[in-house]
Amino acid sequence: MPQIFHRSTNTLAKLSIFGGLFILAFAAWCLAEINRSSWNTGAFVEREQPVQFSHKHHVGDDGIDCRYCHTSVETSAWAGMPPTKTCMNCHAQIWNDSPYLEIVRTSWRTNKPIEWTRVHDLPDYVYFNHSIHVNKGVGCSTCHGRVDQMPIVYQYASLQMEWCLQCHRDPARYLRPRDQVFNMAWQAENAAAENKTEAQLAQGRQLFNAYHVRHKAILQSCSTCHR
Amino acid sequence: MWNIEKSRRQKAVGRKQKAESGRPLWLARRPVVICLLLTAFCLLPSACRQDMQDQPRYNAYRASTTFSDGASARPLVEGTIPRGWLREDELYYTGKMSGAQARAQAGATSTAQATTPNMQGNTSSQPSGGSVTNVSGNNAGGNLGTQQGGPGNAAAQQDATMFPFPITQDVLTRGQQRYNIYCSMCHGMTGYGDGMIVRRGFRRPPSYHDERLRAAPVGHFFDVITNGWGAMPDYAAQIPVQDRWAIIAYVRALQLSQQVNKSEVPPEKLNQPQGGGGQTEGGGERH
Repeated sequence: MPQIFHRSTNTLAKLSIFGGLFILAFAAWCLAEINRSSWNTGAFVEREQPVQFSHKHHVGDDGIDCRYCHTSVETSAWAGMPPTKTCMNCHAQIWNDSPYLEIVRTSWRTNKPIEWTRVHDLPDYVYFNHSIHVNKGVGCSTCHGRVDQMPIVYQYASLQMEWCLQCHRDPARYLRPRDQVFNMAWQAENAAAENKTEAQLAQGRQLFNAYHVRHKAILQSCSTCHR
Repeated sequence: MWNIEKSRRQKAVGRKQKAESGRPLWLARRPVVICLLLTAFCLLPSACRQDMQDQPRYNAYRASTTFSDGASARPLVEGTIPRGWLREDELYYTGKMSGAQARAQAGATSTAQATTPNMQGNTSSQPSGGSVTNVSGNNAGGNLGTQQGGPGNAAAQQDATMFPFPITQDVLTRGQQRYNIYCSMCHGMTGYGDGMIVRRGFRRPPSYHDERLRAAPVGHFFDVITNGWGAMPDYAAQIPVQDRWAIIAYVRALQLSQQVNKSEVPPEKLNQPQGGGGQTEGGGERH
């Protein structure tokens, strides 16, 4: 019986075993990227809200501090969604006949909360506490991005575990002074440092010690977040 | 040996034939089927099941179909006092003093006054013209019987003229920070009533540097923050009691800052910009 395949196909066959590894690796990489993409994580997708509330206007243009509305961010696990009362503090007088705010006024009259669309939703098996992060020098914009430039708020980070861990492994890369936590535009500055990263690292390490941030082994322990 | 092997083979063949004749195919090919099922199961997108992500419990702000207002968080039953929320200290929680208490505390908190000469001095050294009978100089009793409660009513509540706790530098710093968050939006960074919200059309609040507000007792400010005043809504839900007092202390400092003689300021403090602790720029700075 004559040979069906040429001798050279032996090499091809051997190569295909080797190449198969690459194909598998490529497939795994594709899956990981799909998993990380905003299609899966919901990052950078603007969420329509019942009221056209613009953080860009209220924070960026008017200069209202985050804590004016999110009052419990320094003391509680939840940053605090403002009740309708907080809207009415100003909008009882300003834009008080605007059709855009009819939902707010209805909520105020009927004592029924406005049902906002949730933007950031961690899985229920993750423990997250705003106050500890804010009090240890993690800035709002580190996780939420430049909210003062978002007409419609979107999720800035992937909120995946690898994203949490990149900071928990080395918080010095992100820490800032406590009095700059609510400053949307803050960046580390140090005349001696060569670039921004160097400046951030130098200051971050200093703050890591000054604020008594827990040891990295504790920050990365499973039960720190999954309790 | 060979016999055993042969008989085994025969048994196996027999079993196979039996299976093909009597039992359904999927049972006969059980390992193959199981492997296929396992593969299919692994291929199921894990995102389809969210039981762990969204556990059947009420997180903060989660909606509920049980109650008519749709909220899972319930307001307190009227008259309930949570543990640790019994508000016995009248001065601290209301900014008011009943007559007897006012006199007693005027003496008792003389230490507090001693630590805050500027605050207290500013409070009681500038009584509003005519309406306050300043009985004993720097004494909280000075306002007694002259305001809305009226004389003859011993239990009448008066706006407190003293802070319930000593005002330290820490309290003032906290007060400045809180003022810039909650008050500067309308009252302006320096208290002239020119904040951003006012520029956007809100009714202009009175300046803190008016004669009337310079003379107003601290309890008046506490009452306004807690219950609102005129166009100003109450901030009881947004500002905790301790912070309200800190803000009032800072308002006193602001008032002092616009009245002080330049020669009284230490030279190293002159021309030193007093930032709002890195707050986003809100109201207009006036220096």
